[in-house]
Amino acid sequence: MDIVVLIKQVPSTANTRMDPETGVMIRDASETVLNPLDEHAITEAAGIKGRFPGSTVTAITMGPPAARRVLLEACARGADRGILLSHKAFGGSDTLATSRILAAAIGKAGGFDLILAGEKATDGETGQTGPMTAAFLNLPVVTFVNRLDVEGDSIVARRLVEEGEEEVLVRLPALVTVVRDINSPPLPTVRQYVIAKKITFPVWGPQDIGMEEADAGLKGSATRVAKIFSPRLSRNTTYLEAGSEEKMAAAATAILEVLKVRDLMKKGEGHGS
Amino acid sequence: MEVKGNVMVLAEVRSRNIHGITYEMIAWGRRLAEKTNVLVDCLVLGTGEGDWEELVRRGADRVMVVNPGMLDNFLATPAASLLVSAIRGEGPDILIAPATTYGRTIMPIAAARLGTGLTADCTDLDIDPKDGLLMQTRPAIGGNIMATIKTPRTKPQMATVRPRSIKPLPADSGRRGEVVMKDYSLDGEWPERFISFIRSEESDANLESAEIVLTGGKGIKSRDNFRQLGELAGLMGAGLGATRDAVEAGWAPFSCQVGLTGKTVAPKVYIAAGVSGKIQHLAGMITSEYIVAINEDPKAQIFKVADLGIIGDAPMAVQELTQAFRRHSKKGEGA
Repeated sequence: MDIVVLIKQVPSTANTRMDPETGVMIRDASETVLNPLDEHAITEAAGIKGRFPGSTVTAITMGPPAARRVLLEACARGADRGILLSHKAFGGSDTLATSRILAAAIGKAGGFDLILAGEKATDGETGQTGPMTAAFLNLPVVTFVNRLDVEGDSIVARRLVEEGEEEVLVRLPALVTVVRDINSPPLPTVRQYVIAKKITFPVWGPQDIGMEEADAGLKGSATRVAKIFSPRLSRNTTYLEAGSEEKMAAAATAILEVLKVRDLMKKGEGHGS
Repeated sequence: MEVKGNVMVLAEVRSRNIHGITYEMIAWGRRLAEKTNVLVDCLVLGTGEGDWEELVRRGADRVMVVNPGMLDNFLATPAASLLVSAIRGEGPDILIAPATTYGRTIMPIAAARLGTGLTADCTDLDIDPKDGLLMQTRPAIGGNIMATIKTPRTKPQMATVRPRSIKPLPADSGRRGEVVMKDYSLDGEWPERFISFIRSEESDANLESAEIVLTGGKGIKSRDNFRQLGELAGLMGAGLGATRDAVEAGWAPFSCQVGLTGKTVAPKVYIAAGVSGKIQHLAGMITSEYIVAINEDPKAQIFKVADLGIIGDAPMAVQELTQAFRRHSKKGEGA
């Protein structure tokens, strides 16, 4: 079984703080991590590799040269090799252009049975790149998967949807996006990092994957950011200062009033005792 | 003059039924269509069961039922193929769908096949009066910023829209519309087969439909305090919510998470206890009718969206509220 895992370098939310004056998030650009859901995708791939000896796991990422760090982490977590898609023509890609690039790279790397990806990344939070990449590759896609079993030339995937779980049988090759319930990624060991460090990652640009530059980056994107603004949030807030127990008791009474006037107070339903 | 395409809204089909969130999509559709003088087409994929007239009463001008009965269960490949066929057949200018597991799966497939843009999880939609383009607004970069996105060169302009970002229109029994049945032939075999659906026993749906939601954040300070918050929610008959921080601390399961990566709620009263109010969280509760915020930091951003702001310790508020509710229940029993 030959598996591709699509991964992404994202800003670390742990290092995000808010500007007290403007309320805008300040982020240290140098602090990046592997997208958390991608850890689950790699762990799942490594698990399948363990169950099917002779399998390979290839991690693919698009990003700046520094994104090789997440390829290294992917290899420490069980990938055998990594490919970095990095070129100035790729910059400014929306999800459509990104998916076109990833699909071209997967096509170039060739011959895969299963493609895994995190359901979404913590920066863009669109969840679009997985299904779009599958569409460009003309492959079936199963999204929001929290359990995956390989059975012969097919997979049985369980999807976590709003009102429950559904199971589908899908013939391979296919693309699967995973949610966090699928597994618990272990922390890679130092030894795994030492081994991973010996792996070199090829860097591919548009020519390497047989792509016109005009189909990538901003030129290849269908969407444009028209404007960015801080949300207007304010309501007419009534403030209650509740620095002591007495004042907090008064505040609690005020909250009860809010519920009462909206007819939301349960009356004597036996919760008291 | 160029013929303008309609606004198409995708009906959410769950277990063969039209889900109520479809009425929200129609409400958005009406708002956009009235600004551009076009019709609202409500597209139903693959199911033959539904009250089509109700979709008209909620604001659709045409209901297009595509291949009724073909997809009793959701399968991404044929559903997306039907969607692409309907788009090619009807040529809408704008296509919106709910940002649910349904919409978030087939809309990207369709957008990629058509080579057009798609914006995820919009919280606001409008028409730019200058160029007539769809303005697709969403919280961006996981930060405290909103971005308005446009799809200037390709059609349709596609967006998935956050549940509860608009109120559905009331049913208008006087509205008249057309119901059209369509059949598209799909090429080839589907590589997928549906096995089963198991409805969850969990109270997920309860949180989303609760009239009161009580949410705890980092300011609840400990697992024990959070447990007390849960008991208070039980006393109040409230749904229990949690911020990402509280979930990551292990105080609450992910199914309780309210916000961009979790659930969207719009209860009559939302009570945020010890919640700082990051934009990711606000995205999940901003359309609540009345918001109470409890936080010891008077500068906490949550106060900017609050109707009632209580400046004080969140665990203390939980205790005082618990006592107040116990007193109230006792009174009720005595009466």
